[in-house]
Amino acid sequence: MASSAKSTSFTAVRKSVQMGDEAARLVTLVFAGGILLITLLVVAVLWDHSSLALYKFGFHFFTSQNWDPNSDEFGALPFVYGTLMTSFLALLIAVPLGVGAAIFLAELAPPKISSILTFLVELLAAVPSVIYGLLAIFTLVPFMRDTVEPALQSTLGFLPFFQGQIFGVGYLTAGVILAIMTFPFIISISREALLAVPREQREAALALGATQWESTFDIVLPNARLGIIGSIFLGLARALGETMAVTMVIGNDPSIKASLFAPGYTIAAVIANEFAEASGNLHLSALVALSFVLFLLTMVINGAARLMIMATSRKGA
Amino acid sequence: MQPKVSSMSSPSFPTKMHIEPHSSGAANTPTSKEAKMRAANLNFFYGSFQALYDIDLEIQANRITALIGPSGCGKSTFLRTLNRINETIRGTRYTGEVLLDGVDVKSQDVTALRRRVGMVFQKSNPFPKTIFDNIAYGPKVNGMTSKQDLEVTVEKSLRRAALWEEVKDKLQKPASALSGGQQQRLCIARAMAVDPEVLLLDEPCSALDPIATLKIEELLFSIKDQTTIVIVTHNMQQAARVADNTGFFMLGKLVEFDRTEMIFRNPSKKETEDYVTGRFG
Repeated sequence: MASSAKSTSFTAVRKSVQMGDEAARLVTLVFAGGILLITLLVVAVLWDHSSLALYKFGFHFFTSQNWDPNSDEFGALPFVYGTLMTSFLALLIAVPLGVGAAIFLAELAPPKISSILTFLVELLAAVPSVIYGLLAIFTLVPFMRDTVEPALQSTLGFLPFFQGQIFGVGYLTAGVILAIMTFPFIISISREALLAVPREQREAALALGATQWESTFDIVLPNARLGIIGSIFLGLARALGETMAVTMVIGNDPSIKASLFAPGYTIAAVIANEFAEASGNLHLSALVALSFVLFLLTMVINGAARLMIMATSRKGA
Repeated sequence: MQPKVSSMSSPSFPTKMHIEPHSSGAANTPTSKEAKMRAANLNFFYGSFQALYDIDLEIQANRITALIGPSGCGKSTFLRTLNRINETIRGTRYTGEVLLDGVDVKSQDVTALRRRVGMVFQKSNPFPKTIFDNIAYGPKVNGMTSKQDLEVTVEKSLRRAALWEEVKDKLQKPASALSGGQQQRLCIARAMAVDPEVLLLDEPCSALDPIATLKIEELLFSIKDQTTIVIVTHNMQQAARVADNTGFFMLGKLVEFDRTEMIFRNPSKKETEDYVTGRFG
């Protein structure tokens, strides 16, 4: 090499730096690969342990309403229905409340009040679910049984959803407790999304003579829509998989009823209740098959969320 | 079909004030009687920090007024008091008066004021909507509902901003698909769509290349017979090119305000001369 001693030492330094880059690339690649590995492992384990039930019942497993461990009959439908219905009810309640509260915190509240409330919201998001379950058993269930559900029945009782006997525990109560649990997530993330909207967007609307509300509703919300959609799907993911609190108030009855007052069951709740004392290999395998269904449900819903976000971002700006 | 660009009044804005046509004869001094807007004894505060000191300034109707000065001198703050957009920042207040056609802006309904005093920002900020909806938004919030009126207004505004030929075939495309210069002209068109009597521009060309800048300057010339224009700029050549009157701000004070040629050729204050000759700033 025709280079001086000084520049060779530089080359050596460059070499070692480049090796450092290479090492960092490998290490981070391994970490990233771990994500894929875990996902594959989950699928493999679920598939392996559920194969007994899936082999025995086949597709019938997903369409059967019959869940009877004593006679080795297992069908997933009541649990899928219960999971989807309680999550749907939760979002129905939590989305308008959560987005509304986020608008207040991000756009309207004085900074002091906003920061205190935001702190409380984040605290709520961190409360363990068993505590929400206790809250539900001691206050929500009696309140639903004695006040809310009779009121619904007397006003909207002509709809099949609000007919039948009132127990206090059931789909609606589970939906309400799930709404209470998901809405801190929706507030917290929607608020961040609203705060991230550039100040110039608000000012541009105001400078055209828009009122504060017009600027918020017409301009700020559309700007923040991706974050808000994201918060809703995160809330949905929590609602779908929530186990403890739902188990305590759903009523644990594997059947499908039109009435929201009726007791039901969810996938997560039945796994928590029956796994430890499963009556045999087939029962165990059926429970794992249920968790496989829950896994697929969350995958499908997340995929749908992605598609929706892609579609709206192409149409908008 | 080309709508009449020169027609000032659109049926949906009955409160439109008539703008006096200015006499194009003798060179007006900034203290002539044709003040469209006027600040008197204006002191402005961000919390306890005073950003403007005793500003007295008249903005002549149908003229371009440029505000120049080093960063942080208060020229943007001053501009933003004219349409009360500073109020959206917490902890701001001012003493003194800002008048529009002789009426204190504080006493006016703020949305009506902002309809009359439009604004274009430093960074182009189109809404995440289509080109059409960007322009139509202002007229809509000000009560224009007829689809036909909106279409006419959108076309008229885009023509005034010299953007119509470039976008007429993609009105339903997102505004974000336009180039930076086009986006800024879109923002001017959006501001023009509500027929403002005064247009405030806060360093509108600072992110644009020279050709896009030139287009915007030409646009300002073409609308100044209908609109009073106030432009904040860092670019002294721009002030010299476009402005009839120029004010030089430093450290929150209005150092000098005069016809543009006086500011650049024969400033009366030493600070002004130092700044415009590039000795500092």
